[in-house]
Amino acid sequence: MGSSNASGDISADMEIDAFRRLFPVQFYERHFVKSLRPDARTLNSARDTSVALGAVSSANGSALVKIGCTTMLAAIKMEIMTPSTESPDEGNLAIEFHMPPICSPLVRPGRPADAAPVISKQLADTILSAGMINLKELCLVSGKAAWMAYLDICCLDADGALFDAALLSAVAAFSSLRIPVVSLNDEGRVFISEEMEEGKSKREPVNKEQRKLTLSNIPFSLTCVLHKNYILADPNAEEESIIETSVTVVLNSSGQLVSLYKPGGPVLAYTAAIQDCVALTKQRVQELQIILNEAISDMEVD
Amino acid sequence: MEVDREDGRTATMLRPLACSRSVLNRAHGSASWSQGDTKVLAAVYGPKVGTKKTENPEKASIEVIWKPKTGQIGKLEREYEMILTRTLQSICILTINPNTTTSVIIQVVNDDGALLPCAINAACAALVDAGISLKHLAVAICCCLAETGCVILDPTKQEEQKMKASVYLVFPNSVLSVLQVSVTKIDEPMEHGIITSVTHGAMSVEDYFYCLKSGRAATAKLSNFLRSRLQNRLPSDLLGDT
Repeated sequence: MGSSNASGDISADMEIDAFRRLFPVQFYERHFVKSLRPDARTLNSARDTSVALGAVSSANGSALVKIGCTTMLAAIKMEIMTPSTESPDEGNLAIEFHMPPICSPLVRPGRPADAAPVISKQLADTILSAGMINLKELCLVSGKAAWMAYLDICCLDADGALFDAALLSAVAAFSSLRIPVVSLNDEGRVFISEEMEEGKSKREPVNKEQRKLTLSNIPFSLTCVLHKNYILADPNAEEESIIETSVTVVLNSSGQLVSLYKPGGPVLAYTAAIQDCVALTKQRVQELQIILNEAISDMEVD
Repeated sequence: MEVDREDGRTATMLRPLACSRSVLNRAHGSASWSQGDTKVLAAVYGPKVGTKKTENPEKASIEVIWKPKTGQIGKLEREYEMILTRTLQSICILTINPNTTTSVIIQVVNDDGALLPCAINAACAALVDAGISLKHLAVAICCCLAETGCVILDPTKQEEQKMKASVYLVFPNSVLSVLQVSVTKIDEPMEHGIITSVTHGAMSVEDYFYCLKSGRAATAKLSNFLRSRLQNRLPSDLLGDT
């Protein structure tokens, strides 16, 4: 390649910022040789992650998640619906991922981002196939009433690894979910009863003990980008735009592979690379589990 | 570990393949691809002047338009469009016609399982038919994992719904080269590298690698079929041109 030689010659008397913009790949490669990245991380380390539960007070469950600068706000609203005849004792989930223009310069108002419906679909697939939520727990009265959980995830700052942050925020929102108390009225219809004072409530709540969902097999994900033989965990937006091959691995807490998602890209993933990505994800699952458990215990103290 | 399949196939048997090229008159390239009852029609238009949104001064861009058999395009189809676009981008040589857009239109004729792999195979044949320069061909396969841990290939829709997990895999086909020196420095042959992997359902990591192995074995047959279909037109082509 002529360009790489040319960049090598002139890089000595060129400002760093100019070099970074003109020869982004060479700029990154020079870091990779030293096992570093421009933001001072090592190749395999993820960015700082924080989880705050209960960020939206009007929602039944919510969470604000930050992975580096990527920020996701997830909120769940529960509504009562009539279950479908095929599955009379199951509730349902509706997952929507939004990318408003505030999140990135690439999103224009009035024209929805291409990535948004794809990430919505991936999230719904992942959450359902991981077996995290038992839909039967969302049932109130078999065949008559069940919960519909509307999960909306809003991306506030899109700085790479959107799916990882969205999945973590979805999981965190579900773990902070408090199901409202419902009662049956005289006509046998289910309605959400307001939190009334003791003794004032005439009707017996239907779901007195069932206020929280039991989450099993919680899925956690890690996105890696592949460049030549290098594997970079948790890329930011700049890295994602320069290195086009990404692999997203989702593992659940019992160690099963929920999804291995590689949509094309110029680099072919060989068995060794896939194994490395899975191993990195295993480490990341443990990190994320600790972060999530801390957030849950923080909320319970409050 | 044997499974009984309703159509009497063994676990690793594919459905009958069929591929015809240049089925559409106005398209620059077109192909129809069928695996059993799943049939997809693909048309390629381009390279043509790009629209503002997709234009890139350094690279040619590829857009995929997915037309379902009935009804409106939903989230599933949007995901398929994205996966197809990125898969095709990785096999095309994009530096040849910068500032242009190539449209690939996928029309689903009938869906009986393994729809996305079928569409990828159809798109690949249509790109060759349109004379778009490619680095290599891509062959796609669907592997399903039964509850018993048995892998079946190329499932029908009914089988796909019964299985606990499924994997869509895309591999490059083996390169026939006159050059004796192999370019790869890696210990695995190029056709073992994964271009695209999409999974549904939970499975153990070992099961995934098992699927990978069965998929790789089956793509050799698919890739030979694709190559034979693309070659047998050449002599008549030459006659027609002169």
